[in-house]
Amino acid sequence: MKLFGRKEKATGEILAGGENAIANKEVEGLSQGQIVRRRFFRHRAAVIALVALSSIILFVLTSLDTKIGPIRIPGWWKWTVEDIPELRFEDCPGGTTGCPTLSLNPTGDFGMGNHPFGQDDIGRDYFALVMNGARRSLMIMFVIGAVSGFIGVVVGSISGFYGKRVDAVLMRLVDFIQTVPTIIIAAVIGKAAGRVGPFFLALFLGILGWTGLARLVRAQFLSLREMEFVDAARVAGASNIRIAFKHILPNAVGQIIVSVTLIMAGAILTETALSYLGFGVVAPDVSLGLLISQYESSFTTRPWLFWWPGFFIISIALCVNFIGDGLRDAFDPRQRRRITKKDRLQAKLQIKAGE
Amino acid sequence: MLNYILRRIGVSIMILFGSSFLVYNLAAYASDPLAELRLSTDDGARQQIIALTRDLQLDVPPPIRYFLWLKGVLGLFVGNLNLGMTREASSVQEELAYAIPVTIRLVLVATITALLLGLALGIISALRQYSRFDYGMTFLAFLLYSLPIFWVAVLLKEFMAIQFNNFLSEPNIPIKWMFIFSIFTGIFWSSLFGGERKRFWSVFAGAFATNFVILWAIDLTNWYLNPGLGPILIAFLSIGIAFGVTAISTGLSNSTAKKAALTMAGLAVVWYYPAQWIFNNFGSYLTILIMISLIVLTGIGLSRVFSKIDHGPIARTAIITGLMSGILILVDRIMQSWAEYSATDAVNGRPVPTYGQRKDQLVTTDFWINNLDIIMHLILPTLALILISLAGWIRYSRGALLEVLNQDYIRTARAKGLNERVVITRHAFRNMMLPLSSLFVGEFVGLVGGAVITERVFGWQGMGTLGIKAINSYDLNLLMGVNLLLSILVISGNLIADLVYSALDPRIRLGK
Repeated sequence: MKLFGRKEKATGEILAGGENAIANKEVEGLSQGQIVRRRFFRHRAAVIALVALSSIILFVLTSLDTKIGPIRIPGWWKWTVEDIPELRFEDCPGGTTGCPTLSLNPTGDFGMGNHPFGQDDIGRDYFALVMNGARRSLMIMFVIGAVSGFIGVVVGSISGFYGKRVDAVLMRLVDFIQTVPTIIIAAVIGKAAGRVGPFFLALFLGILGWTGLARLVRAQFLSLREMEFVDAARVAGASNIRIAFKHILPNAVGQIIVSVTLIMAGAILTETALSYLGFGVVAPDVSLGLLISQYESSFTTRPWLFWWPGFFIISIALCVNFIGDGLRDAFDPRQRRRITKKDRLQAKLQIKAGE
Repeated sequence: MLNYILRRIGVSIMILFGSSFLVYNLAAYASDPLAELRLSTDDGARQQIIALTRDLQLDVPPPIRYFLWLKGVLGLFVGNLNLGMTREASSVQEELAYAIPVTIRLVLVATITALLLGLALGIISALRQYSRFDYGMTFLAFLLYSLPIFWVAVLLKEFMAIQFNNFLSEPNIPIKWMFIFSIFTGIFWSSLFGGERKRFWSVFAGAFATNFVILWAIDLTNWYLNPGLGPILIAFLSIGIAFGVTAISTGLSNSTAKKAALTMAGLAVVWYYPAQWIFNNFGSYLTILIMISLIVLTGIGLSRVFSKIDHGPIARTAIITGLMSGILILVDRIMQSWAEYSATDAVNGRPVPTYGQRKDQLVTTDFWINNLDIIMHLILPTLALILISLAGWIRYSRGALLEVLNQDYIRTARAKGLNERVVITRHAFRNMMLPLSSLFVGEFVGLVGGAVITERVFGWQGMGTLGIKAINSYDLNLLMGVNLLLSILVISGNLIADLVYSALDPRIRLGK
C-alpha cells in the first residue's frame, strides 16, 4: 500500500520548474484582463457552470410575463401563477392528482405537455410557480450580492486605506454586526418585511452580509498600500481617492469578485431557508423555499412538488459556486496550469533523455 | 497577554451592550405582541391585553424598557440573573436551561464527526492533487455547499427513516441494489488508492467483491434485525486497526510499536467476555470512563514493558489502538440492545425516528436501551448537519495542506532524507492545523445557527425552536434570551479562536 505518493511528487516538482517557463511564455504581451479571461475559459467546470447559469436565467426570465412599470413583456409560457386550470386526474400514479406531464422519452410523447412540473393542490401550474420562485430567488441573490459587495468594498477600503482610528472604529462596527445572529435578526426583519416585499428583504439581508468581504478588502488594502507603486503614485502627486480607486482597488478586484460570488451562493440558501421557516417571502408571493416548506409533507405521495424547487435551488447555487472557483483560479497569480497526462509523458521523456 | 484578554473582554461587553440594544429595539418596534388580541372582539381579550401589558411592562417605551431588561441581566453578577418572563408566564432562563443541552448535544457530535471526516478526505485529496479522487471530492464539496439543509433533511427523513423502517419490516436486499452499492464502493476505494489502470481495476475488483460478499452475508443472516459484531470480527478488525494505527503513528518499521499495538489488540479481544459481563451488570457512564482510563494505563504500561527508551510514540500507538478496539466493543454492546429496543411498544418495529429528541413513551431503566434511543434520535439530524459542514472542512483542509506542502521547510525535510510519512504527519500536518484550529470555533458557532432549521425539521426542542417560537409569538424576552446567548457564543468563540491560534503559533503575538 502506497500511502504517501512520494515518487509522483518528485516528477511533479520537476515539471513545475519547466511549467512556470511555459506559463510565462503563454502570458507574454497580454493584458491582465486577457490573462484572466484565458485562464477562466480553461477551467472547464466553470465554463459549463457559466453556460448553465446563463441558460437558467434566460429560461426563468423569459418564461413568465415581466412587468416593468406600465410596460408588460409577455412570456412564452401559457399559464401564470394566478391561473387555476383543471386538475389532471388521468395516468397519475397511486390515485394522486396533478402529476407532471414532462416526458423525456424520445420515441413517445416527447415534450413539456400541459403541466411539465405537475400541479399543486388546487390545480395551479407548478411550472409557473417554480419559475416565479426561481425569479424571486435570483433577484434576491443579485440584490444581496450588489448591496453586500458595495458596502463591503467601501468600508473595507476606507478601513484599510486610512488605518489607525478610522480602521479601529469600522472594525468594531464589523464585530458588532457579526455579533447579531443573522438568522434571528433576519427572521425578525423578515417577519416585518413580509409586508413590504422580497426586494426589501434582500436589501436588509445585504446590509447584514458584508462583514466578511470588508475584512478581506481591508487586509488587501493594508498590504497593498505599503507597496512601492503606491509610493510612486503619491510622489507623482495622485490624490488619496485616485490612489485608492485607480491603483489599489484594481489589484484587489480578483478577491473581491470571488468573495461576492460566494456571498451570492450563500444568499440564495439563506433566502430559501428563511422562506422555509416562514420568515422570508410569504404567501401569496412565491419562493422556492416556501414551495418546499408547503409541500414537504406530500413528498411521499407527490414527490414532484418537492423535487423541482430543490433542483432549481441546487443548480443555481452550484453554478455560482463553480463560477466563483473558476474566477479564483483565474485571478490567482500563483495559479499553475494543472499537470495533464501529456505533460507528464513529456517530462518523463525529458528525464530519460537527460539520463 | 492578560492585558490583551482583559481589553478584548471589555470591548466585547461594549459590543454586546450595543448589539442587544439594537436587537431589542428593532424587535420591539417591528412587532406588536398585542396585535392579535387588539383585533379580537372577545371580552377576555381586553383582560389579556391589560394583564400582558402589566406583566411585560409594555406601557414603557422600548428604549427605556431595555434598561429594565438589562438590570435583570446584570443581576448575574450578584447571583440573581433574571431574563424576564415569557408570554406564557414561565421564566426565560428555565426555558433556556432546558434547550441549551439539547442543541449542544446535536451540534457537538456533528461538528466533531464532520471535522474528522472532512480532515481525512481533505488530506487525502491534497496528497492526490489532480487525481480522480481529488476531482470527485472537489465536486462533492461544491455539491454539499449548494444543498439547502431543509431539503437534505426532508430527503433523509424519507429515505433513511421511513423507507428504511419499511425495509426492516420485510428485510430483503434486492440483488440490483447490492450491485449498485458495490460498484460505488469499488469506485470509491479504487480512486482513493489511485495508480495506473491495472491497479485501479484490481482495487476496484477487490472492493467490489468484498462489499458484495458482506452485503450478501448481511442479507442471508438478517443481520440488521439482530446486529452485533461478535468476538471473531472484533479480533480481525482490532488487528487491522493495530497495523493501520502503527503505519500512520510510527511507521511499520518500528517493530516495538507494532508489538505493543498488537498486544493491545489481543488484550482487547481477551477482554471481550469480561467486558460483556461488566457492561450487563454495571452499565453506566462511569464504567465506560473507568475502562477508558484502564486502556490508557495499559498503553503506558505496555510501552514500559516493550522498550526502555522512547516511550511516547509507543504508548501513543498502543493507546489509540486500544481506544479504537474499545469503541468496537462498545458499539457491539449497544448493537446487542437493538432487537430488544426495536420490539418495545414505544418503538414498535420502526427504530429510526423522524421526530423529537427522545421517545417519551419509552419506559426502561436499561442503560443501553436508553442510550440507543438517544443515538437513534441523534442519527438523522446529525447526518444532515454533517453533510452541510463537511464541504467546508474538505475545502479548508485540502487548501491548507497544499499551501503547507509548497513551503520551503517541507522541501528541507525531504532533502534531509526524512521519509514521506514523517514529512506529512510531523512537518505538514501540524502546520496545516494552525489555521484550521481557529476555524473550528467559528464552524461550531455557525452550526448552532444552522441548527435552527435542523431542529425545526426534526422537531427538536432546542435553542432554534425557542427562537422561532419567540419570533412567531412576538415574545421579546424569550427572543432576547436566545439572542444574548448566541451573541455571547460568537464573541467568546472569536476570542478563543484568536487565543488558540496565538498559543499554537509562536509567530503570532496578540496585543502588539
